[in-house]
Amino acid sequence: MRGRLERVGAVLLRHLYLYPSSLSRLMEIFYWPVLDLMVWGFLTVYLSRQPGAMAHWTGFLLGAMIFWDILYRSQQAICISFLEEIWSRNLLNLFASPLSPGEFISATMLLSFVKFLLAGIVTVTLAWGLYSFNIFALGFWLIPLVANLITMGWIIGIITTAIILRYGERAEVLAWGLALLVQPFSAVFYPVSAMPRPLQIVGYALPCTHVFEGMRSLIAAGTIDGLTFTAPFFLNAVYMIAAWAFFRAMYRRAQQEGRLTKLGE
Amino acid sequence: MAGEVIVDVEGLGKAFNGHRAVDAISLQVRRGEIVGLLGPNGAGKTTLIHMLLGLILPEAGRVRIFGLEMPKQRQVVLKRANFSSAYVQLPLSLTPRQNLSVFGRLYGVAGLPARIQALLDRLEIAQMADRPTRALSAGQLSRLNLAKALLNDPELLLLDEPTASMDPDIADKTRATLRAIQRERGMAVLYTSHNMREVEQLADRVLFLHHGRLVEEGSPSELLARYKEKDLEQVFLRIARQ
Repeated sequence: MRGRLERVGAVLLRHLYLYPSSLSRLMEIFYWPVLDLMVWGFLTVYLSRQPGAMAHWTGFLLGAMIFWDILYRSQQAICISFLEEIWSRNLLNLFASPLSPGEFISATMLLSFVKFLLAGIVTVTLAWGLYSFNIFALGFWLIPLVANLITMGWIIGIITTAIILRYGERAEVLAWGLALLVQPFSAVFYPVSAMPRPLQIVGYALPCTHVFEGMRSLIAAGTIDGLTFTAPFFLNAVYMIAAWAFFRAMYRRAQQEGRLTKLGE
Repeated sequence: MAGEVIVDVEGLGKAFNGHRAVDAISLQVRRGEIVGLLGPNGAGKTTLIHMLLGLILPEAGRVRIFGLEMPKQRQVVLKRANFSSAYVQLPLSLTPRQNLSVFGRLYGVAGLPARIQALLDRLEIAQMADRPTRALSAGQLSRLNLAKALLNDPELLLLDEPTASMDPDIADKTRATLRAIQRERGMAVLYTSHNMREVEQLADRVLFLHHGRLVEEGSPSELLARYKEKDLEQVFLRIARQ
């Protein structure tokens, strides 16, 4: 167990070492979330001042923006870390060491959590300072909602990494694109009822849809119904098992076809 | 050769898209032995090394290292082995010390800071230890790769063209260091190289691979005598052109 933790810590450390001297990585944590927050924030302020503006506009949009960013960044931390090893030709060094694929993925999950904390501190403080939007007003509910978003981000990250293992660097665009593919069906900025019926079914099959619905319900009514609260836990558990099985299968296939070594050299 | 068998390969086979990269190879590497793996490009040397490391799964045959089944017991095996390749590198944005620190943790090395400093000193890259790895010359990078490979004091070292891209002086120093450490620690070394002089100097035994098959085996002097040639390069050319 100690060895396992040490190896996970080693991969985490390898990626954390990159941050202090890398402007692009610091921008990824701070610059883009802050920029998103400012654009969406001022837009919501403007819209909320219009005659007949919907109540809770600011909360809905800023909450959605902050929540989506959590999901998107946690997904990216996993697959970008994997791509980073390919780009730096370090992949074989890692997988020729006692490190297991599971330990590698665990380390990238931890990395995503560290990045979430750092970016979260900045965006939450800014949202409070600029728009008087206090996300902590969601209270205890905030923890399970955020946990479900991070978990779904991990699931998409694991699936993306598995696809990169299977199809190589030509699939790397998915590191930026796969999460965006689920966004229209996730009811991030609008309620599920705004979508056509068939898309609502797709939406309800996604854990994050329930999180966004739950967030809006909390802001508007201060409560969340049982199904909206429990559904993402169940869906995430099912998808995580499936994503992990898919990753294992793709990793094994990459070993069988010699693709792992081609990716690494 | 009396040493304990460290690597035991039986009937190993692998094909990619119908092409047999490794074909029914059986070999043994013993403790304290340096074995050179030679062959023309595409002979299957690198594929063989990758199969020993569990990076490629074989279709046929069996690999046992330290008496343990690979890749089933890879974590135990790989903790006692290490690997370096001219085609793989350590992250250039990290400093050599950071890179070694990461890999030291991956291999569970005790007394890591002292171990890192000792290797940096011995391989003459200590002065670059805290600069970004990208600032290192090609020769320094190869020595850093070697430092990574020696970090866990491995009982088995797998090297894929370890001195490629080094100038003759650095390559010679690296060979001498490698030989000295190998003698001190009694580790087994299996390495590929296209530098025949290096193989003559270093290897106790040479394995020739051609079209994925093991076609010749013996000590450098045995092979020279068998083929009645003056150097291994001529032996290599004769085997490769058969």
